[in-house]
Amino acid sequence: MWRDHLTEIIVFAVLFFGVSVLGFVASRWRRPDTMEHLDEWGLGGRNFGSWITWFLVGGDLYTAYTFVAVPALVFGAGAMGFFAVPYTVIIYPLFFLVLVRLWSVSHRHGLVTPADFVRARFGSPTLALLVAITGIVATMPYIALQLVGIEAVLKTMGVTGESTLARHAPIIIAFAILAAYTYQSGLRAPALIAFVKDTLIYIVILVAVFWLPSQLGGWGAIFGAAQAKYDASPAAGDGLLLNANNQLQYITLAFGSALALFLYPHSVTGVLASRNRDVIKRNMSALPAYSLLLGLLAMLGFAAIAAGVKPLPGANPGSVDTNTIVPVLFDKQFPDWFAGVAFAAIGIGALVPAAIMSIAAANLFTRNIYKEYLNREASPAQEAKVSKVASLVVKVGALLCIVLLDPQFSIDLQLIGGVIILQTLPSVALGLFTRWFHRGALITGWVAGMGLGMWMLYQIANPATGRMHFAGSAFPLEKFGFDTKATIYVGFVAVLVNIIFAVLATLVLRAGKVTDGPDATEHDDYFVDEDSPRRGIDSEGEPVAVA
Amino acid sequence: MGEPAPDRRPGDRDHSPWNWLLIVPIVLPLITTFYNASSPDLLGFPRFYWQQLSYILVGVATTTLVYRMTKLTRRRDGEG
Repeated sequence: MWRDHLTEIIVFAVLFFGVSVLGFVASRWRRPDTMEHLDEWGLGGRNFGSWITWFLVGGDLYTAYTFVAVPALVFGAGAMGFFAVPYTVIIYPLFFLVLVRLWSVSHRHGLVTPADFVRARFGSPTLALLVAITGIVATMPYIALQLVGIEAVLKTMGVTGESTLARHAPIIIAFAILAAYTYQSGLRAPALIAFVKDTLIYIVILVAVFWLPSQLGGWGAIFGAAQAKYDASPAAGDGLLLNANNQLQYITLAFGSALALFLYPHSVTGVLASRNRDVIKRNMSALPAYSLLLGLLAMLGFAAIAAGVKPLPGANPGSVDTNTIVPVLFDKQFPDWFAGVAFAAIGIGALVPAAIMSIAAANLFTRNIYKEYLNREASPAQEAKVSKVASLVVKVGALLCIVLLDPQFSIDLQLIGGVIILQTLPSVALGLFTRWFHRGALITGWVAGMGLGMWMLYQIANPATGRMHFAGSAFPLEKFGFDTKATIYVGFVAVLVNIIFAVLATLVLRAGKVTDGPDATEHDDYFVDEDSPRRGIDSEGEPVAVA
Repeated sequence: MGEPAPDRRPGDRDHSPWNWLLIVPIVLPLITTFYNASSPDLLGFPRFYWQQLSYILVGVATTTLVYRMTKLTRRRDGEG
């Protein structure tokens, strides 16, 4: 019953509404001359310094869903769930090498989205459209998952109901508020809220990591309890260490997820909002602080085992919602008021990425669909207007996903999302380094990788849950005819095939002397810093970002 | 912010051999045979867990070093 959780609910509500006020105030923060420009609404003026970027990108990449799902995975499977740590170690050197180039070329040409870059680099509106649609489709379920994060917390506080509407009313209210202040303040809202969110998360996790072991007999005892659980379980894949069959999956999942992360439109939005190259590079040394946090948080999955946590029931009769592991652990072990703070941290933690993701998806729509196909003469003010409305549509879509469909469906879609966003790797990431690929070949590779990825995901069954298709991302290699029980991450195989097709098709198209698109960028564009002026691509009355 | 070097081609700034060092924190966490063991443990954490957490420090050290070294090169270029 919710009455037993009254203190938690009050603390949660106070923090949540306090943050909402901040979201509206954000439109006045670092106030621009006009908000009626996509650079202002959608990229916060492209002028964030090191600190803001640290909070913003940290709040963007480490989502509420990550914070509930990773410990849940560790709770269920053990070592396999720890892939999040190598994954978040690898991303920063990759960002350092790749996204700095994207920042420079975007600064020079006034690009807002990854698809904008593809459009400029390969001179192909079709390829840019594919990249934009891939980005939007991959981002939508990711936003929906943030709601899953909030729901896990609300459920733990007993804020739930019998009817669909009663169960989802708090989420609908929360999302309506989020939609309103994102509409008004754009990227400034999540940037400002991220300060509160990240501070709360740091406090909660640090307290949890020191307080919980003292309650549960120390980390040695916690790992002992986890070992006993995995020994008793009949499942083959779990344990405190990896086994011969899931090591390849662990490696390819960590690497593939890292490659996928910087292709997600919302990561690009966070990075392009920074002031210069130095801000980005310096942040690559500072952002791993969040990885440490995530690693410690992951191990709370073991603490939940030692504390005897039982996950709350899921949406369907007989199922359990493992995402409630961490909230239930906090509810059980912390005093009520601090559990309230912890829940607010997760709840607010969902708002920051949800806002940035909806802005990123809206920018993709505006720049690569609306401006490219519907209104070529759109002014910056019109772009900003369209983006604001599109961000509302995106959020309503995500909300409908959660209210009307089984939440499991969003989780599946997110899994698929990681595989499909990887298919933009040759055009976006490799494109930053080389113009060798033919635009037609990149489309060929995209189709091949996408087709194979979907087929592989379709083939994956999980007998334990009775699901025949789309039951995970670990593809058994024996289906390719190998005599092994080992599994591999679908996205990794799909993107390899994508690259192979893109290379072969490039050779064929070049041999056939098929016309390639023009490249609007030059070698030096990938290295310029804030001191270089923007090129006048659509410079009619457009304010230039540099002084 | 560091002062820009005015008369250089911007492309010259970024071609530092130090960048190759970034391969270390990309590859190291992917070699599971280095850390897929429970002993020795540290503060109750099996090796699998503490060693991977220590790679975060390796990553921070490497990106910081590369950032500093490439920045120094740039400043020297500017003075030259």
